[in-house]
Amino acid sequence: MALLEVRNLGITFGGLHAVEKFSVSVEKGQLYGLIGPNGAGKTTVFNLLTGVYQPTEGEIVLDGKSIVGQKPAVINKAGIARTFQNIRLFKDMTVLDNVKVALHNQVKYSALTGVLRLPAYFKQERVMNEKALSLLKIFDLEGEAAQMASSLPYGKQRKLEIARALATGPKLLLLDEPAAGMNPNETAELMEIVRLVRDRFGIAILLIEHDMSFVMGLCERIVVLDYGRVIAEGDPETVRTDPKVIAAYLGGEA
Amino acid sequence: MKIKSLNHNFRRSLVTYGIVIAAFAVIQIISGMGMLTNSLSGQLVPICAYIIMAVSLNLTVGILGELSLGHAGFMSVGAFMGAFVSVCLTDVMPGWLSLTLALLAGTAAAAVIGLLIGIPVLRLQGDYLAIVTLAFGEIIKNLLNSFYVGRDASGFHFSLKDAPSLNLDETGEIIINGAQGITGMPRSATFTLGFVLILITLAIVQNLIDSRTGRAIMSIRDNRIAAESVGVNITKYKLIGFSVSAALAGLAGAMYAHNFSTLVARKFDYNTSILVLVFIVVGGLGNIRGSVIAAAALTVLPELLRGFSDYRMLVYAVVLIVMMLFNQSPQLAAWRRKWTAKLTRGQADGKGA
Ligand SMILES: Nc1ncnc2c1ncn2[C@@H]1O[C@H](COP(=O)(O)OP(=O)(O)OP(=O)(O)O)[C@@H](O)[C@H]1O
Ligand SMILES: [Mg+2]
Repeated sequence: MALLEVRNLGITFGGLHAVEKFSVSVEKGQLYGLIGPNGAGKTTVFNLLTGVYQPTEGEIVLDGKSIVGQKPAVINKAGIARTFQNIRLFKDMTVLDNVKVALHNQVKYSALTGVLRLPAYFKQERVMNEKALSLLKIFDLEGEAAQMASSLPYGKQRKLEIARALATGPKLLLLDEPAAGMNPNETAELMEIVRLVRDRFGIAILLIEHDMSFVMGLCERIVVLDYGRVIAEGDPETVRTDPKVIAAYLGGEA
Repeated sequence: MKIKSLNHNFRRSLVTYGIVIAAFAVIQIISGMGMLTNSLSGQLVPICAYIIMAVSLNLTVGILGELSLGHAGFMSVGAFMGAFVSVCLTDVMPGWLSLTLALLAGTAAAAVIGLLIGIPVLRLQGDYLAIVTLAFGEIIKNLLNSFYVGRDASGFHFSLKDAPSLNLDETGEIIINGAQGITGMPRSATFTLGFVLILITLAIVQNLIDSRTGRAIMSIRDNRIAAESVGVNITKYKLIGFSVSAALAGLAGAMYAHNFSTLVARKFDYNTSILVLVFIVVGGLGNIRGSVIAAAALTVLPELLRGFSDYRMLVYAVVLIVMMLFNQSPQLAAWRRKWTAKLTRGQADGKGA
């Protein structure tokens, strides 16, 4: 059984079928691409998978358990973490605290322990700091740990969002246009990081990206959406040469 | 090197305690030399109460990011509960004990009311809390204005109509008398008590902010959707933040009540809520130290400006604007950070951090 099984997922917004009969199956440790022209419904799929939107139909099964109808926080605890197309950092908090918030369900102590500064507070905070710093290190952000998240340049904000998502200890990571706004150097570096994250943490990654060389170079499988429907699915080579995919992209640009 | 920058929050808290302790010492010395005016020394306990109010409101508005327009309502709940407990217990136990119980009861009562308001309202998205707390502030004031409690041999009697309908027998006494409020309280609140309660409030709020719970609360303020996406239970942490804030307002109210022999609900109206809101806006949203300083300065100022008579409000407005600039202007913020860093570096090094 695959890690993520999505069957016939659909949602309508006042008559608009934003996503229709969407099915996908992501294996443990797989790098999966989700592509399609603007407005195809890619981000909507992420919002359905993470409980931001409730589907009008279909099933989502993670690790054998249905997660349809659960709240976003519960789905995160079940093992799905994500980043956002329009970056959503905790901007008035430090880079380090952004990651520490995400360790919320990994390293715990009660509110009273914190207020009374009991020994467990110091012990758990030390664990949190170590975990957070080691994640920041992967993204070369440990030097900025004490800065406000909003003061980071764009590319680093995107990386911080990934670090934050990873801190929740997911089985499946959803990246919504992680390379958007990055220069070619940063994009190349990001490819390395994504691979490294998959290898080190053994998690599956489903990513949306418009940069085709990024997707084709990184992903083992790709699913293509157009007008809310899957028009192709397969390995990068198959998808790249699929006439329906070529038509969708050319049509989208016209 | 790294660890030092991580201890930033801790050092910032220490500076705040330091300022409060220093201010307390200075005022004690001035007062010891007999140089404190009567009107000002009568203001000391209320100033402490307003500082606690400001710090607690900042937890809701600056840290949780929800607007509350009825914070004086929680203060009045704490004040009436505290005063009621005190009047009932004064004759049967030592003063310090009944005062402690009164403070705890006032705090607890406000916390419970905070929960009762928060549970339905904080589930909603949008500025519903502002509307509901605004209504709450007015409702609780009117309710307390027409609230009668008496005690006689057969126990407590309540009424929302008038004193005679309490039906007290000849041993009876009225404790809460509608719009005339509560009378005969022991005036047991002192400046030292206020000082200690400020330190306790600061410890609770600053420790909370710099903890797992506080980070969860601030993450909701900064981006609710992202907070949910990293597994933060939104309703739970909003409720924790809001009810702690309400509880501390209750504490402030209970202490405030013990500065007077008579307590009426009129004191805790909309204007008081807005005044505390002004304190925290001037002091900087989310800036706990700023709240302390602004609440103290803006309460003392009208007293100090009595000599200016006609120009009093003008000077008050100018000070308000200067304080706002001091808190909000980026250049001044950078300048302030530089100096705080300079002043605290010695401390941190000394500890070998
Ligand atoms: N909350 C909503 N209410 C109404 N319509 C919506 C909502 N969310 C998305 N849509 C619509 O659903 C369609 C798909 O949007 P979506 O954001 O999923 O596209 P996308 O594939 O991510 O596009 P892009 O590449 O531009 O990010 C669009 O037509 C959009 O307007
Ligand atoms: Mg999108």
